[in-house]
Amino acid sequence: MFFWIIRRDLLLAMRRRSDVFTTLFFFVIVVSLFPLSVGPEMNMLRTMAPGVVWVAALLAAMLSLGRMFSNDYLDGTLEQMLLSPQSLSLLVLGKALAHWLVTGVPLVLMAPVLGIQYDLPAEALFVLTVSLLLGTPVLSLIGAIGAALTLGLRGGGVLVSLLVLPLYIPVLIFGSGAVEANMAGLGYDAHMSLLGAFLLVSLVFAPWAAAASLRVSME
Amino acid sequence: MAINWFKYSSPASFYSLAGKMIPIFVFLAVVLTIAGLYVGFFVAPTDFQQGEAYRIIFIHVPAAWMSMFLYVIMAVWAGIGLAFNTRLSSMMATAIAPTGAMFTFLALWTGALWGKPMWGTWWVWDARLTSELILLFLYIGFMSLQAAIDDPRRADKAGAIIALVGVVNIPIIYFSVQWWNTLHQGASVSLNQAPAMATTMLTGMMIMVFASWMYSIVVILKRVRVIILERESHTAWVAELRKKEAAR
Repeated sequence: MFFWIIRRDLLLAMRRRSDVFTTLFFFVIVVSLFPLSVGPEMNMLRTMAPGVVWVAALLAAMLSLGRMFSNDYLDGTLEQMLLSPQSLSLLVLGKALAHWLVTGVPLVLMAPVLGIQYDLPAEALFVLTVSLLLGTPVLSLIGAIGAALTLGLRGGGVLVSLLVLPLYIPVLIFGSGAVEANMAGLGYDAHMSLLGAFLLVSLVFAPWAAAASLRVSME
Repeated sequence: MAINWFKYSSPASFYSLAGKMIPIFVFLAVVLTIAGLYVGFFVAPTDFQQGEAYRIIFIHVPAAWMSMFLYVIMAVWAGIGLAFNTRLSSMMATAIAPTGAMFTFLALWTGALWGKPMWGTWWVWDARLTSELILLFLYIGFMSLQAAIDDPRRADKAGAIIALVGVVNIPIIYFSVQWWNTLHQGASVSLNQAPAMATTMLTGMMIMVFASWMYSIVVILKRVRVIILERESHTAWVAELRKKEAAR
């Protein structure tokens, strides 16, 4: 069932490829706007890069949250899923992972290229990619709670950002912190461990909270 | 004397109980505020380092404490409402949120006013300031989620979930911000080494803390009464109340 959900969501995403690319290009455009607005001075760009890439990743992940449940909600599939004997938490976990595969993974793959634009050294590029790899699933998982709570509400898109962005702050701090620590010549193990801890905690609790939210929203 | 506490979980009986409690707490709030401000402005000595400017502490510290207490209390009420499906608990949570947000804003505002003469800047990215700002965002998220949902029961439950998620996240956010700050650079301004406070200063501050508690209770009870009336407007007891008001 779990894999079935992932496969189905991936298939749906592949049928509508433009959605995936919209998120990815949004990410690229936001990151590319910063040099244009603050100037092409390489030293400054290098210090800004981790923060800029991470904030852009946060925004891109957040913007695509609306799609996680809304299509299934509109055509009634979600109601059937709620009625199914399978654990709803597991279903939500599957949907969150599918969301990550569709929006998070392209961002992770794109990040090193954008890092090169900012003249990051090779090791920092590696750290940036790994930190995104650990951090973006957390964004999808926490985002699932926000997406479930705002299901079918007017102005849901703006609302979800108010709910979810404050909760993203720890991920942002340690994600960009890892890259900054690496560029400052310090160890980044602590940052990575904490990101991993966030991932594990949100893997356990977020699907459960999101399932409860879905029940509230659908009743 | 045995009191049936569950009686007061019914909005109708709590409405009249709250009506009776409000005058008591208004009285306490007024007396304590006057006493606290008197101690703060006339009894407490001038600080040898900070001069008169430190006196904003009598507003700032109670506001900051209340902002955190109220979030936890709000989450507890919301959680009770979610778990036991008690309408009144959820109404309490809804009633607490604006007051909590007000105190958070007040703490940030007075902090800025205090920071300018002391540190020479309105704002520093200190761990406490940052986490207080995030707390304000959490309050705003809770309130705007509830405002966006038309069905009050769904609003209660959705708000409860986001409040509980927030309460789990508060320690995480607080420690991340603190570590971020210390990992990043040494804090330019340390708030941790509190100078040993004169007893009168502490007394004034504590009185003001109690005054803020009393004020919050008054405002929350008043607001919860309004919420009860709004939600129960279709019931018989509200209709009776309306008739009584009209007859008077």
